[in-house]
Amino acid sequence: MLDLHGYGPRLLEGAGVTLQLALLSLLLALVLGLLAASAKMSRSWLLHKTATLYTTVIRGVPDLVLMLLLFFGGQMGLNLLTDLLYDRTGIDLFINLNAFAAGVLTIGFIFGAYMCETFRGAFLAVEHGQIEAGKAYGMSNWLVFRRIRFPQMMRHALPGLSNNWMVLLKTTALVSVIGLSDMVRVAAEASRATHEPFTFLIPVAVIYLMIASVSEWAFARLQKRYNVGFGEH
Amino acid sequence: MAATPLPLEVRNIKKRFGDTEVLKGLSLQAKQGDVITLIGASGSGKSTFLRCMNLLEQPDEGDLIVHGEEIRFKQTKHGREPADWKQVVRMRAKLSMVFQGFNLWSHMTLLENIIEAPVNVLGKPKKEAIDQAHALLERVGLSHRANAYPAQMSGGQQQRGAIARALAMDPEVMLFDEPTSALDPELVGDVLKVMRDLAEEGRTMVVVTHEMSFARDVSSQVIYLHEGLVEEAGAPQDVLNNPQSPRLKQFLAPKY
Repeated sequence: MLDLHGYGPRLLEGAGVTLQLALLSLLLALVLGLLAASAKMSRSWLLHKTATLYTTVIRGVPDLVLMLLLFFGGQMGLNLLTDLLYDRTGIDLFINLNAFAAGVLTIGFIFGAYMCETFRGAFLAVEHGQIEAGKAYGMSNWLVFRRIRFPQMMRHALPGLSNNWMVLLKTTALVSVIGLSDMVRVAAEASRATHEPFTFLIPVAVIYLMIASVSEWAFARLQKRYNVGFGEH
Repeated sequence: MAATPLPLEVRNIKKRFGDTEVLKGLSLQAKQGDVITLIGASGSGKSTFLRCMNLLEQPDEGDLIVHGEEIRFKQTKHGREPADWKQVVRMRAKLSMVFQGFNLWSHMTLLENIIEAPVNVLGKPKKEAIDQAHALLERVGLSHRANAYPAQMSGGQQQRGAIARALAMDPEVMLFDEPTSALDPELVGDVLKVMRDLAEEGRTMVVVTHEMSFARDVSSQVIYLHEGLVEEAGAPQDVLNNPQSPRLKQFLAPKY
């Protein structure tokens, strides 16, 4: 039987942190990705440039560097803001950027940029006639988006989204550098203490694999749902 | 003047794509029950003209009056645009369009396609919309295809389905943009049959088409366009049987 030298509960807790971090980051990344994709396709010069700057910077800088920048730089920025608030209004406030929030923000921010490109490509793949038919039947832009553009876009986006999610899941391992006790950090600690790296790292690998497999299954179901009506000639 | 307003009136429509002026001032009046056919060579502007009528293209100049309500425009840095998109949405719901490429929504079944706009745009109760959809499907001969997806249907079935979708809006005017041009020759007849029936029951229609026999038999008015201008217009027997302009004579002459 596997002897985890008492690290079992902490390892499980770490797995919980990993999963929460990954899911919340995914949510943020999806929202940011949709917004950025819309901005990139918008007629407004400012929105287009802002979104382009966002995706260029984020995709061009290593994730680890961004994470450290956001964690340390973010705290300094917050302090600067609260100092300013104190000087101007006398309200004394201290906001502590905790490691978990910093992790979610960074990973969500990074993957928002990748999601943006996935969404943009998928939106462009929707046949123009489908959108036109919506408009011609008196649908507002929002209704066209909700009833036609979005469901048809998802069919094209899902393979890319699934890929991004897998990479995102593994990127969560980076948060250990900003002091968050995800399962990788717990396993590394335990390995050092017990000199039995495999005892801890193999279960960690298995847990990642399990999350990945469940995700594969979930994405396959989603793909089936959004494929309805296509390719059934 | 207490006369009922015309279903559709367009005045002096001009449209430019870049440096080329494709519509050079076109007008049209559709009275209740009129079937107006637009004919002309490709590039003559007939489809663009039709698409200006429900503002899928924005005309640079000209007026558009749907059932007595004039569409308001404003100038923006992107050119002229409708001043009130809500008005446009309301107007479009009165004009339903049948496209050359059918454009049935591919992620919905035929039945879902037909009830989509009546339920979500007109706010019709779903049950009522479904009953109406079944009646319309029967009418276009597609009762057995209600639960099929567009990709599972032939072109002719898709186009008849698209006509059912247009009818479900109970439109003031139906706009047809070359409805048979993308069909295999043997499927054209069924679609034209449905359109003839609609004309007979007094639907107001504006039809862009290359089907001269349809234009001859069904239209109340034929308009021949050439390079964005009306070259000849009038009753079908005059325009098609006794063309005056040399260009129209050549256009109507047998090609082989």
